[in-house]
Amino acid sequence: MISYMPWVKQFFRDRLAVFGFFIILSLILVAIFAPYLAPTTSIYDVHLSERLQPPSSRHLFGTDSQGRDILSRVIYGSRITIVIAVIAIGASLFLGVPLGLFAGYSQNWLSGTIQRISDIFLSIPQLILAIAIAAVLKPSITTAILALSLTYWPWFSRLVYAQARSLKVSTFIEATQALGASTPRIIFLHVLPNVITPIIIRSTIGMGYTILTAAALGFLGVGAQPPSPEWGLTLAEAREFLPKTWWFALFPGLAIFTVVMGFNMLGDGLRDVIDPRLRISRK
Amino acid sequence: MKPCKEKQSFKGVHCLKLLVYSFKRLFYFLPILVCLIAIGFFLFYLIPADPVRLIAGPYATQEQTEKVRQQYGLDKPLHVQFSKYLIRFFHGDLGTSIYTHRPVMEDLINRAPATLELGFASLMGSILLGIPVGVFVALRRNSWADHLCRAITIGGLAVASFWLGIMVQLYLGYYLDLFPIGGRITPGTLLKNLTGFYLIDALLTLNMKAFFDTLLHLVLPATTLGLPCFATIVRFTRGGVLDTLKSDCVLYERAMGLSRSVLVYKYILRSAITAPIVQIGLLIGYTIAGAIVVEKVFAWPGVGNFAATSIIMFDYNAILGFTLWSGIAFCIGTLLADIALALVDPREVSR
Repeated sequence: MISYMPWVKQFFRDRLAVFGFFIILSLILVAIFAPYLAPTTSIYDVHLSERLQPPSSRHLFGTDSQGRDILSRVIYGSRITIVIAVIAIGASLFLGVPLGLFAGYSQNWLSGTIQRISDIFLSIPQLILAIAIAAVLKPSITTAILALSLTYWPWFSRLVYAQARSLKVSTFIEATQALGASTPRIIFLHVLPNVITPIIIRSTIGMGYTILTAAALGFLGVGAQPPSPEWGLTLAEAREFLPKTWWFALFPGLAIFTVVMGFNMLGDGLRDVIDPRLRISRK
Repeated sequence: MKPCKEKQSFKGVHCLKLLVYSFKRLFYFLPILVCLIAIGFFLFYLIPADPVRLIAGPYATQEQTEKVRQQYGLDKPLHVQFSKYLIRFFHGDLGTSIYTHRPVMEDLINRAPATLELGFASLMGSILLGIPVGVFVALRRNSWADHLCRAITIGGLAVASFWLGIMVQLYLGYYLDLFPIGGRITPGTLLKNLTGFYLIDALLTLNMKAFFDTLLHLVLPATTLGLPCFATIVRFTRGGVLDTLKSDCVLYERAMGLSRSVLVYKYILRSAITAPIVQIGLLIGYTIAGAIVVEKVFAWPGVGNFAATSIIMFDYNAILGFTLWSGIAFCIGTLLADIALALVDPREVSR
């Protein structure tokens, strides 16, 4: 663990990264302890007598068009956000990393094909592909997660591919080959540990990006469906009651903004600490 | 005189090389487009719902369903349908929209000028603002301006454009009443439709009232769509300038006694600009995708709004048409960036 200490120290010196880290930490805590933090746990119950009330001591963030407490719904929405981000990024990792490792390590027609396919996926804006996928299937959170995973994996395969290719010709891999290690063994035991840091950075930034796209899918009606408290969907509902009810639209959007900013700052900070060469990134 | 002539012929050869290079890049995009069509097309057949049912409606009889199936060619094998679609696509036929009952191509072309006007305004704005700001903050690294700019870029990349759109609509449009909230032009304003680009139409007909009206309508959506572009451009310009400043050539040029402005705008910017150019190419695609949500928020009568409606209506031909349109826009964007890069950095061509 000693070798990790300078990283930790340097990481905590970057104020923005620490700030991002605490945003993410609080997001996770809020999601876990949602039932204890939210003023009310009945986030689906309709109270028409209390509809569209401005923020007050009773409803800190006001109420929505069904008379539901917005603060509680934003708190419960964090659970959906985390689930979407973690599963979508997890699935893309599961798909992209082995493909990239395989394509980068073994140079044959199959690896060329994998590269071309990920090129095609990368050349289409993620939101559009996700919409096309989400629109043909039945709109739901599951569909949104599926669409996001299907469109994000090429980022990982491309990243891992480049790393694996350069590692393939390195001396220690050649030595392992000479020792007679099998290809899967080399790929997963020797190549993978060496590409894990860029993967972590990419995942962190990817989470923020995925949350943003998922919210856009919800807003467009191809993601979460009512009465889900998903933030993008809430914004779409709020839009119909503007300009009278500013609180309805302000708080869910603020939640998206804070969380995505947290992931971006954390990702930037991690990159600066772990890999100073990559200081300027793509996203 | 001789060196001058040589220089000219070099220029000619370079132009030719550039042309060949552009064509090569163009052919690189063809398979991408075909694959995009294939992905979209075969996705259609993965849906559990029968498209015929969707077109014919829930109360159609068996006979009517069969008729629709034949009419749309949905009774043929999959690969026959796909090759037919591909052939039709290259003839400019994208099928009929289930919702508007008009050819999708026609719908897209009618709405394209609105989207292009919006996208062009937001990209141009972010380039014209972003590059100078990026250079400025790079030269004053760690000043308060640099920190402010870092905060804006981080915020600009984290904000959901539909939320930002709603917020500027609410605060700048409704509460402060500075800008119109939605649409392209105040209803009832007289404007002769020549090109579909309202700004150009207004200028051509010397209709200043309509020109400023359109411009005002453009401010909020263009800002909303352009903020992430601006953030990206600032970020990469700043990074590029900082990287260039570190290189030896800057030290020598400084030693030669070049003035600061010549140094920055002639030498540093030229080598620092490559990173933002690549990004601008990618941003063209982003602008097309982002247009869906931004146009929906601002009731902008463009392609994005059309797509947003078709998504809710399950208008499959229209969605596929939109996917292709954005794929083409993305390819053109990347191509333009490649050409711009080759103009700035001639080494790109020979690579």
